[in-house]
Amino acid sequence: MADELLSVEDLHVEFERGDSKVYAVNGASFSVGPGETLGIVGESGSGKSVSVLSVMGLLRGSGQVTGGTAMFMGKDLLKLRRRQLEDIRGRDIGMIFQDPMSSLNPTMRIGDQIMEGMLSHQYTSRKGAFNRTLQLLDEVGIPEGKARFRSYPHEFSGGMRQRVMIAMAVACEPQLLIADEPTTALDVTVQTQILVLLRQLQLKGRMGIILITHDFGVATNVCDRIIVMYAGKVMESAPLVDFLARPAHPYTVGLKGSVIEVGTKAHQLRAIPGMATALTEPPRACPFAERCQLAADRCLEELPPLRPLGLGHYVACHRAEEVLAAAGTTVGAQVGGPVGGQVGGQVGGQVAQGVTARA
Amino acid sequence: MPDEPILKVDGVSKHFKVGGRTLRAVERVSFDLGAGETLGIVGESGSGKSTLGRLVLRLLEADEGRVVFQGEDLAKLASNELRSRRRDMQIIFQDPLASLNPRMTVGAAIEDAMVVQKIGRSASERRHRTEGLLERVGLQPSAVDAYPFELSGGQQQRVGIARALSLGPKLVVCDEPLSALDVSVQVQIIQLLQELQRELGITYLFISHNLGVVQLISDTVVVLYLGEVVEQAGADELFERPQHPYTQALMRSVLKVPEELEKRAPLVALAGEMPSPLSPPSGCPYHPRCPLAMDRCKEEKPLLRTVSEGHMAACHKAGEAVTMGSAPAVLVTPSELAAS
Repeated sequence: MADELLSVEDLHVEFERGDSKVYAVNGASFSVGPGETLGIVGESGSGKSVSVLSVMGLLRGSGQVTGGTAMFMGKDLLKLRRRQLEDIRGRDIGMIFQDPMSSLNPTMRIGDQIMEGMLSHQYTSRKGAFNRTLQLLDEVGIPEGKARFRSYPHEFSGGMRQRVMIAMAVACEPQLLIADEPTTALDVTVQTQILVLLRQLQLKGRMGIILITHDFGVATNVCDRIIVMYAGKVMESAPLVDFLARPAHPYTVGLKGSVIEVGTKAHQLRAIPGMATALTEPPRACPFAERCQLAADRCLEELPPLRPLGLGHYVACHRAEEVLAAAGTTVGAQVGGPVGGQVGGQVGGQVAQGVTARA
Repeated sequence: MPDEPILKVDGVSKHFKVGGRTLRAVERVSFDLGAGETLGIVGESGSGKSTLGRLVLRLLEADEGRVVFQGEDLAKLASNELRSRRRDMQIIFQDPLASLNPRMTVGAAIEDAMVVQKIGRSASERRHRTEGLLERVGLQPSAVDAYPFELSGGQQQRVGIARALSLGPKLVVCDEPLSALDVSVQVQIIQLLQELQRELGITYLFISHNLGVVQLISDTVVVLYLGEVVEQAGADELFERPQHPYTQALMRSVLKVPEELEKRAPLVALAGEMPSPLSPPSGCPYHPRCPLAMDRCKEEKPLLRTVSEGHMAACHKAGEAVTMGSAPAVLVTPSELAAS
């Protein structure tokens, strides 16, 4: 693990909600190396964004890191002072988010915004920053950089704004880029353009990328490793090859069976019954057990640890071996189960739980 | 001969004035929709698909063309007549929370619509009906007392569906009803919509940017580009044999989950973005991005024409064995992806 860029171990994050607490991240561990793309997938409330935002010191509201370490360049990011973290953010670690408009200053020319980060981090001189901005605009696919330098964000399309965000994020040549749903707000034809661009930038500087996404199509087409989060825990962590061919957690299998693509037939769809709920106490059993068709007594009593299953393949399920053994046979049907009318009944009852702590 | 369509959209256009310029949101769109069927409308942002949904419900007035619903031209109805027809045509929105009043309980929101439409003789009858609807869409009857913020996104969308159903509509416009939901919940909602259609014979106009979802739920699909229909066909036919280069490009752009690593296709990015509807290109609206464009495409707008039975495309080259393989703008191969 010595060559990892960022290594997060046993991260815990809690939110205050009135008199109670919401346990948003419950012992998550993950790491990313140079030139590697780590995908973090999961549904709303799974803790996928909260995990990464908390490491960056960007938790909002009542969120608090209550445990864990996040080693980056020999330092634990969770122990740094705010000023030290600000030095690292934007210089060594770049970030892009889903909605570029909310991250751009509407009253500032985009060229000045790109330059600002380089100047505040003393990356280069004013003249150097200007020249690098023109170079960056060209690299991210914004033509006529000199003219566009003077444009304001509202004069750009959503895709072009995301390109500006990317230029800002990589201006200081960060070693790590965090991309939180970077293409979710974009049209499909533009989405691929942005993913190709990220890949090109990565190849140049061996930048590590953490890509947070709910979109399996995106994750499986650009990531080297994928971790699946649920209830603030890592359910499965696998190299892409295993994620595709040997998913070992019933939740992973269920999510893959829920993906609707061109050509998907109704009878192939496997809805996962029920829905994720916010945890108001730390999990003591498998948090997915209540929705899992394979759940046994043990799953309701004992928290499954994240354990190795193959080379680089980890899973937090007591029955992972059975999931693997059943693969290719009837596992889909067992795990997802055909649904029909019975979903409704299971979904009811949970009114007023799965609120807050949106990832 | 099939029955008279429940909805006939005939040459409908909608232009908006934006700062002295004209935005052509919807341009001469026509289609028929049979009772109990689903017509899917796909397109990217700015394609005019949501505007079209609102024109169909006469939430917006068309500049030209007719919307005929159950044999009546909606534009000719007086406002009180229109109001009574509204009970037959409902809409489900993308963001259920934004379409629910945050200060109203779920029960009140549903009953309110019934009061306006004079459905149910008494408050208790409406309450009873509401509880039944909530149960039908997969919620507990006790959800009548919940406020929207207390519900998850999936549950909010179920309330949106219950409210639309409360009036016993014949046509429901679904405007991106799954886009804000998690994948596991998307499947639950799409299965619910399909069940309701089978049971109640509802007709759907299903608007989405998600091609897979549209193929799954639709009988017929219309592809919009810059407000115009560029292709229309039966759902499976359209996605199995797309004829318009834009439809083909859209399909190529959607990232599919590969079965295994070796089967991962290269990431292919289509060059350019959709032009502004304020200044649409001459000729074919797609020609500036089209790898097959020829001089004729720049000058002469291709008409929507039949290329095979039930399959129409607006492309000069449609039907001439247009292939999916065209010069991609940028190519990153799997081996490059793997090399790191």
